[in-house]
Amino acid sequence: MRGPDVSTSAALASAISAQFSARARWSPLEMVFWLGAFSTIWLLPEQHLILTEIVIWALLALSLDLILGYAGIISLGHAAFFGVGAYTAGLLAKHALVGEPVLALLVSGLAGGAFGFATSFLVLRGTDLTRLMVTLGVALLVREIANRAAWLTGGADGLQGIDMQPVLGLFRFDLYGHTAYIYSLTVLFVLFLLARRVVGSPFGLSLLAIKGNPLRASAVGIGQTWRLVGIYTLAAAYAGIAGGLLTQTTAFTSLESLSFDRSADALLVLIIGGTGHLYGGLIGAVVFRFAQDWISTATPQYWQFWIGLFLVLIVLVGRDRIGGWFAPLRRLADRISGWRPWRPGPAAAPDEGGRP
Amino acid sequence: MLKHLLTPLAVALGLAAAGPASAQGVVKIGVIEAMTGQQQSTGVQTLAAMRLYMQQHGDTVAGKKIELIVKDDGAVADNSKRLAQELIVRDKVSFLVGFAVTPTALAVAPLATEAKVPTIVANAGTSIITERSPYILRTSFTLPQSSVIIGEWAAKNGIKKVVTIVSDYAPGADSEKTFTEAFTKGGGQVLEAVKVPLAAPDFAPFLQRARDASPDAIFVFVPSGQGATFVKQFIERGLDKAGIKIIGPGDVTDDDLLNGMGEQVIGTVTAHMYSADHPSELNKTYVEAFKKANNGLRPNFMSVGGYDAMHLIYEALKKTNGDTNGDKLMAAMKGMAWDSPRGPISIDPETRDIVQNIYIRKVEKKNGELYNVEFATFDAVKDPGKAKK
Amino acid sequence: MVTILFDGIAYGMLLFVLAAGLSVTLGLMNFVNLAHGAFAMAGGYAALVVVNRLGVPFALGLVCAFLFSAALGALLERTLYVHVYAKSHLDQVLFTIGLVFMSVAIVDYTMGSSQQFIAIPPSLQGQVTVFGLGMSKYRLMIIVICGILTLLLQLGLTRTRFGSRLRAAVDDQRVARGLGINVGAVFAFTFALGSGLAGLGGALGAEILGLDPIFPLKYMIYFLIVVTVGGTSSITGPFLASLLLGIGDVAGKYYVPQFGAFVIYTIMIVVLIWRPQGLFVRKGAR
Repeated sequence: MRGPDVSTSAALASAISAQFSARARWSPLEMVFWLGAFSTIWLLPEQHLILTEIVIWALLALSLDLILGYAGIISLGHAAFFGVGAYTAGLLAKHALVGEPVLALLVSGLAGGAFGFATSFLVLRGTDLTRLMVTLGVALLVREIANRAAWLTGGADGLQGIDMQPVLGLFRFDLYGHTAYIYSLTVLFVLFLLARRVVGSPFGLSLLAIKGNPLRASAVGIGQTWRLVGIYTLAAAYAGIAGGLLTQTTAFTSLESLSFDRSADALLVLIIGGTGHLYGGLIGAVVFRFAQDWISTATPQYWQFWIGLFLVLIVLVGRDRIGGWFAPLRRLADRISGWRPWRPGPAAAPDEGGRP
Repeated sequence: MLKHLLTPLAVALGLAAAGPASAQGVVKIGVIEAMTGQQQSTGVQTLAAMRLYMQQHGDTVAGKKIELIVKDDGAVADNSKRLAQELIVRDKVSFLVGFAVTPTALAVAPLATEAKVPTIVANAGTSIITERSPYILRTSFTLPQSSVIIGEWAAKNGIKKVVTIVSDYAPGADSEKTFTEAFTKGGGQVLEAVKVPLAAPDFAPFLQRARDASPDAIFVFVPSGQGATFVKQFIERGLDKAGIKIIGPGDVTDDDLLNGMGEQVIGTVTAHMYSADHPSELNKTYVEAFKKANNGLRPNFMSVGGYDAMHLIYEALKKTNGDTNGDKLMAAMKGMAWDSPRGPISIDPETRDIVQNIYIRKVEKKNGELYNVEFATFDAVKDPGKAKK
Repeated sequence: MVTILFDGIAYGMLLFVLAAGLSVTLGLMNFVNLAHGAFAMAGGYAALVVVNRLGVPFALGLVCAFLFSAALGALLERTLYVHVYAKSHLDQVLFTIGLVFMSVAIVDYTMGSSQQFIAIPPSLQGQVTVFGLGMSKYRLMIIVICGILTLLLQLGLTRTRFGSRLRAAVDDQRVARGLGINVGAVFAFTFALGSGLAGLGGALGAEILGLDPIFPLKYMIYFLIVVTVGGTSSITGPFLASLLLGIGDVAGKYYVPQFGAFVIYTIMIVVLIWRPQGLFVRKGAR
C-alpha cells in the first residue's frame, strides 16, 4: 500500500490527517444523491411501496458490503441476521413488548448483532470455503429452527397478527406506504452516515489492510481477530435492522426472510453496484428492484433465469471491467463516494476472495 | 429534520384519502395466485376456471367491464401481501381473489380490512381465514368440513386404529385436529400423529414409522401436488400389502394428478366437496368446457373455487347495480346461494364461509381413467371449525 | 431398526454418487461448484424424457442420464468453467449460483414446476423379503448399483494410470504439472465423469429425492455437507460421510421427527468447528 511520498514523520502525520479529513468530506455528488433520494418523498408518492422495498434491500446490501467489501468475508447466509431481526421486530410488536417502532428496531439490530457476534467466531476460522459453508449452514439452521418453533414464529404460516404502533407514537403506518417510506429512508440515511464514519476511520482502514494482505497486516501490528469480529457484528446488526424494517413496514414476516434466495439476492444487489463503495449496495438495490419489477411483470417465470444469466455474465466478463451500460453505474458509485480508497497497485488487484 | 420532512406527508395523505376511484365503467379484479412454484397447478386450475366463467357469461356485468389483473405470488406470503397492497393502491381493484395456500390469505387479511376490499378465497382451506377480516369470503372449502366427515365415516365403517400424517402448517394442523376429534368421538383410536415438513417431502421414514404402528388406515393431508409422492412411497413401503388403507380429505387424490398415480391408488376413500365425476348435468357441461378450453386438462377441486368466485362477483355486481363500494358488495354476497358444478352451495351470512355438500368418494376406474366416484353425500355442511363456537 | 439402517444406507449411497464429482472438483481445482446439483437434475430429467416419453427401458434410461450429464458437464467445463478457475472464490460462487438459477428457470419453463416421476418397471416396485425383512426392491437396487460404482471408482483411482495422475494432481498441482501431467485434461475428464455420476444419481434418486426444478437448490447443502465432512483428499472420506449423513438423516426423521433436519446441519457445523478440513482426512494431506 503506497501512501503519499513523505520523508519526515511530522509530514507523514499531517499527510495522514489530511487524508482522513479528505475522506470525511462530502462531495457535491453525494449531496445530490441524498437530496435526490429524499425528494422522492414528494415527487413519487405513488411509488412509495416499491421504494420502501428498495431501501430495505439497500440496507441489507450495505450491511453485506461492510463484511465483503471492507473485510473480504464471503457470506452465503446473510439472511440469517436479516431474519433474526425480522422475527425480533415481529415478536416485539405482536406481543407488545416494545410497542414503539424505533425502539423495537434498535432491539432488532441488537438481536442481529448479538447473533452475528456469537457466530463470528465460527466464520473467522478457516478458508473461504469453510466460511461459505458455515454461513450457509448457520442460515439454514436458523431457518429450520424458525420453521420448527412454530409456537413462537408461526412456522410455515409466517408470523401472523402483527399490529404496528405509530412511529414515535405520532405517525401511523398507512396503506399507501408513505410513513413506511419516510421512516425507512431516514433509518437508511442515519445508518449510512454511521457506516461512512466507520469505514473512514482508522479501524476501517485497518480492515482494508487485513483484506488486502492478512500476513502483511499482522506483520505491521494489525491484529485480525477482534477487528473482523467487530465488523462482522456491526454488519449483522445492520442486517438485523433491515429485517426489522421489513417486518415493521409490512406488518408481517415469514420464513422467506431467512431463505437462501434472500442471501443470494443480497449478494447480487451488492455486486450490481460494486463492492467496497458503500454506495454500491444503494445503487444496486434501485437497479435490482426496478429490473425485477419490470421483468417479472413481463415474464414471471423468467425472472430467475435473468438473474442467473446476469450473474454468469458478470463473472465471465469480469467484475472489474464489466462493459456496456453497467460501467457508468459503477463509476457513479465511485464518483458519488467522492473519494477513492487508496487503491492498491495493479500487482495486488482487489480480491474479495481474500485467498489464504 | 424529521418533522420538517413529514409536513408534505400530510398533504400526500390528504390526497390519497380521496379513496380508490375506479375508472368509469371498469371493475378490476386483482387475482393473486401461485403461477410458479410448487403450487403452480392450483394457480393454473383456478385461473383457467375464472377465465372460463368470463368466457361463458361475457365480460360485462351491470354495464361494467370486468378486467382481471393477475399477479403471481409463487405461494409465498410476503409476495402476496406486497402484491395485494400494490393492487389496492396502484391498480385500485374492487376485489381480490385467489390465494393458493393459507399463509398467503392470512397475510392479506389486514389489508382487506383496512382497504375494505372484498377478498374471496378461492383455494386455501384453513378454518380461521374468514375470521381474520370481515371482508373475506370463501368459495373453496375448509379442511374441517371434509376431515370431520371422513372421521365420522371411518369410525362407522370398520376402521378402528389410525395413524395421521399431515403437512406441518396451519391446514395440516386443522385437518388433524378436527379429524381426531370426530374419529375418537365415534370410538376410533389415533395411534400416532406425525407431522411432515411442508417443503421436503421424503415420506419414507414417516411412513415406516406409521407402518410399525400397524393401524387399519392412515389419515393423510398433504397439499395438492404432494399426494402422488405420498401414494408412491406408501406402496413402495408395502403398506398396501400390509392391509393399511389411505383415508383423508380429497387433496391426496387430486383429480388433476389422479391418473398419474397408477392403479394402486384404486380403493382409496376420501371426503371432499368436488369430484370431476360428480353426476350432474351442470358438472358434465363444466368438465367438458374446461377440458376444451385447456388442452384436455381435467378440472380439480381448486378450479371450482375459482369458477364460483367469479359467479359470486358477477351476482354481487348485478345486485349492487355495478356499485363497487366494499360494504355494499359484502352485503350483497352474504347469504347468496346457487348451484355450482359441485352441487348446491351458499355463503353463510354469519361467517362468510362456504356451506356445501361433502361427498364420500372411492377411487375407481371408469372408461380407462381413474376417478373419485361419489357414493355417499352429507348435505349442506357448515364449517365445523366455526360451528362449535 | 434394520429397515432404518437399510434405508439410511440406500440414501447415503445415493448421496455419495451424487456428490462424488463435487469432492473431486473441490479437491483438484479448489473450485466451489454450487451448481453441481444442476447436473444431477439434468440427468434426472434426461431419464424422465427418454423413459416416459420415448418408452426406453429404465436401465437404458439410467445410461442416458449418465451420458447426458457427462456431455453437458464436459461442454460447460470447456466453454464456461474453464474461464472461472483462476478467479476469486466470490466470482466462483456468483458464477455457479447464476448457473443454478438459470437451470431452475429453464427446467421450470420446459418441464413444468410440479414434481415428476420416472416410470419404473413393475419388477422394481414393491418389496422383497430377505431373512424375514421387507426391503424395498428399488432401494436394494440403489445399494447394488452405487456399491458397484464405488468399487469401480476406488479401483480406478488406485489401480489405473489415470487414477494416479489424478491423485498426483490433487495432492500437488504444481508438481504434477512439472512432471508432465496435463492437469487441464485430467480435470476436464474428471469433471465430466463427476457430472455424469451426478446425473445418474439424479435419475436413480428421482423416486426417493423427488425431481422438480428446485432440485439443485434443495440438495446443494447436502452435497456440500458430504464434501465438508468427508474432506476432499480421497473418495473414502466422502463415502463414509455420505453413509453417516444418510443414516443420520433417516434415523433422525424416524426417531425424532420433530427435529428431522437439525441432525445433519448440526453434524456439519460441529465437524467444521472441530475438524475444519473434514472428518476423514489423512494426516499430512491438504
